[in-house]
Amino acid sequence: MNRLSLSQAFIFLLRRDLTLVFRNRGELANPLLFFVMVITLFPLAIGAIPELLARIAPGIIWVAALLAAMLSLDSVFRSDFEDGSLEQLLLSAHPMPVLVLAKVCAHWLVTGLPLLLMAPVLAEMLGMASEAQGILLLTILIGTPVLSLIGSIGVALTIGLRKGGIILSLLVLPLYVPVLIFAASAIDGAGAGFDVSPQINMLLAFLFLSVSLSPWATSAALKMSMS
Amino acid sequence: MFLWFHKFGSPPHFYRIAGKWLPWLGVTFGLLLIAGLYGGLIYAPADYQQGESFRIIYIHVPAAWMSLFVYMVMAFCGVVIIVWRMKLAEVVLISSAPIGASFTFLALATGSLWGKPMWGAWWVWDARLTSELILLFLYLGVIGLHSAIDDKRIASRAVAILAIVGVVNIPIIHYSVEWWNTLHQGPTVTKFDKPSIDMRMLIPLLIMALAFKIYYVMALFQSCRAELLRRERNSKWVEELSGSN
Repeated sequence: MNRLSLSQAFIFLLRRDLTLVFRNRGELANPLLFFVMVITLFPLAIGAIPELLARIAPGIIWVAALLAAMLSLDSVFRSDFEDGSLEQLLLSAHPMPVLVLAKVCAHWLVTGLPLLLMAPVLAEMLGMASEAQGILLLTILIGTPVLSLIGSIGVALTIGLRKGGIILSLLVLPLYVPVLIFAASAIDGAGAGFDVSPQINMLLAFLFLSVSLSPWATSAALKMSMS
Repeated sequence: MFLWFHKFGSPPHFYRIAGKWLPWLGVTFGLLLIAGLYGGLIYAPADYQQGESFRIIYIHVPAAWMSLFVYMVMAFCGVVIIVWRMKLAEVVLISSAPIGASFTFLALATGSLWGKPMWGAWWVWDARLTSELILLFLYLGVIGLHSAIDDKRIASRAVAILAIVGVVNIPIIHYSVEWWNTLHQGPTVTKFDKPSIDMRMLIPLLIMALAFKIYYVMALFQSCRAELLRRERNSKWVEELSGSN
């Protein structure tokens, strides 16, 4: 039996996680439904005034995306933790941060990507300016992987807890603030006709920073949680 | 030097040394506090713009400085925990968290008291206030995580990771909040500008800052001692200690 190369291991793990999710499609729909429902609540709560809704649409969409991303975080490691495959991953010969990255990628593909596909519909429903919609998609494309990556640290820290959910939000939400700020301001700026490349560049910087650093923190936290 | 490090890090030794230091720290803190308060409340002249109400600066600014300083101490302890698994660092980290959270809360509360006469509102979404509020959340996260995990050795390592992640994020959060503030608000808030603060105002401020720092060490030693007793309650030195009393 020949050993897997690192990239093979990465792809195998990614495919395994995706297969697992597609065998259980309910999980796939949950974050998306949550996202749509939270956004539906806003016009009901503050009144269906088109100008007001268009003004706060970027904020609403991003806050809802943030909450949906946070609620779905638990599934990154939960089932693997419970059936023991997480321990096997920790024991494997491959570097843990790379495996963590594969798992987070799979998680983003099933929770972040649907948000990206759904966002234009919601943006249209809230009456967002069409020039801002492209930027909205761009910020979601860049921003939600950051949310998954940062969130994976929080999940890894709380995986062993019975009531980790509330603690998780306390840990993770403050760290989400920069992404929220730059994403919302990029969309606002685009709606007002400004050049938004600084905000997009900042979001990209967050993405690269979190891709390169957070898997290490996550795997350290996983080792701690499994000890 | 490492021998000293090792010795100081051993719980019974630290417990004794900290106990000896406590009265001295208390006296120093008391003297500095009296000096700083006298300097701040009586000696320093009233501000030409803000009148007497600026004097809250003598609590507000030292508390805000300490709120950041304590987080730095925690992150440093976090590194020590991850690298050397030092027990004392675990105790210092977790004992610092409530103290740091209190400083942060104090900074926020005095800030809002100060804001009412100056800005006409208890709370404005000013960059500093907002990032201080987020700092408070970070502290609460540390406290919450530590109390949620039953095994305290594991809890300490979890908190260490969190403190390090937090310290990487603090500058990012701070600057993004500042950016957000300038974009969303514009210069509606006339900030208290202090390019050339009067020496008679500055010196009491520095004395107060020092007093707060010593208060932190004092409070830290006290709660570290309690935490050490709690964690080591089954060890021999605690037994001897309680037997002798």
